[in-house]
Amino acid sequence: MKLLTHNMLTSSIIKGVKKGFPLGIAATDIKVSEVDFNPDFIKKMIPKLEWSAICEAAESIGHLDGLPKELAPDYETDEDFLKKAHHVIMEVEIKEGDLICPETGRKFPIKNGIPNMLLKEDEV
Amino acid sequence: MISIQQQLSERAIELLALPEDTPCFILDVGCGSGLSGEALTDQGHVWIGVDISSSMLDVALEREVEGDVILGDMGEGMAFRPGTFDGVISISALQWLCNADKTYHNPPKRLYKFFSTLYSSMRRGARAVMQLYPENSDQLELITRQSMKAGFTGGLVVDFPNSTKAKKMFLCLFTGGAPQQLPCGLGTPGANPQQTQAAFTSKRERMQRIRGKPPKKSREWILEKKERRRRQGK
Repeated sequence: MKLLTHNMLTSSIIKGVKKGFPLGIAATDIKVSEVDFNPDFIKKMIPKLEWSAICEAAESIGHLDGLPKELAPDYETDEDFLKKAHHVIMEVEIKEGDLICPETGRKFPIKNGIPNMLLKEDEV
Repeated sequence: MISIQQQLSERAIELLALPEDTPCFILDVGCGSGLSGEALTDQGHVWIGVDISSSMLDVALEREVEGDVILGDMGEGMAFRPGTFDGVISISALQWLCNADKTYHNPPKRLYKFFSTLYSSMRRGARAVMQLYPENSDQLELITRQSMKAGFTGGLVVDFPNSTKAKKMFLCLFTGGAPQQLPCGLGTPGANPQQTQAAFTSKRERMQRIRGKPPKKSREWILEKKERRRRQGK
């Protein structure tokens, strides 16, 4: 699972959870793969991302890789920054581990890169 | 089988009417082995897939699809942040929500949960295009009603409605924003934008053709009679 997906995922489907964001990450296996750089997509996605959550998540798995914690106002023209952002949100993947709901502590296991978001009967 | 899935995916993406040459962020509900996702990747979009079958998702991984896939039940709601997606597609998945596979499943509630959480996860003005195979008209009505209750506008687009085999249904849903025109199904008279009403036909002319004979004492009748008598040698 990419950090881009992590930034969009919440645990708000659990009964009683209000925001459920950002999910904590307890990763046991991380893989970095190469993905084609698409500056237009990155530029378009950055305003939609919760930047602090991206940095927090990247730091917690030790892959901040030089990404600035504050968005510069002219980030759209900063090629070097866009490449770094691309690396962190598109190329760093969590293969094994758990996602943790910030409100209930419920764990969603990640197996082979696929987070299991299925709920139990009493959580619906 | 694969080619039909691809055709459906391509048609669904066409109905999404995404802005040209801009990479978009799309959700694929019931992504299965990622065939529809591949069609999205081909068009330069980035996607996330959700499916309830872990074995299908394993196939998707084997096929090395570009998008991320998540194991999830759409009836439990879509667990995404508000305003995330530029569009949603779903190929042959929605009808499963009408089944109650577990004792605590309540199809109308699950449909509503799905649509309402989906609505909030979409950007305003975005579309959701869902191809589906409803078992009967009651199912179709239930699905449409629950989607409207969740705040969507739009409706059903039917391609080739007169063919049993080629007939395909797409639920085309819009989230707020500017009013949008529902696209026309392929192979329907509406597909030709000029022809929105039935053409005017002269009733008299039509009746004539049914009887096969022109009305008595009319010019045609006289000419026909003259010709007939001439043939008889009179």
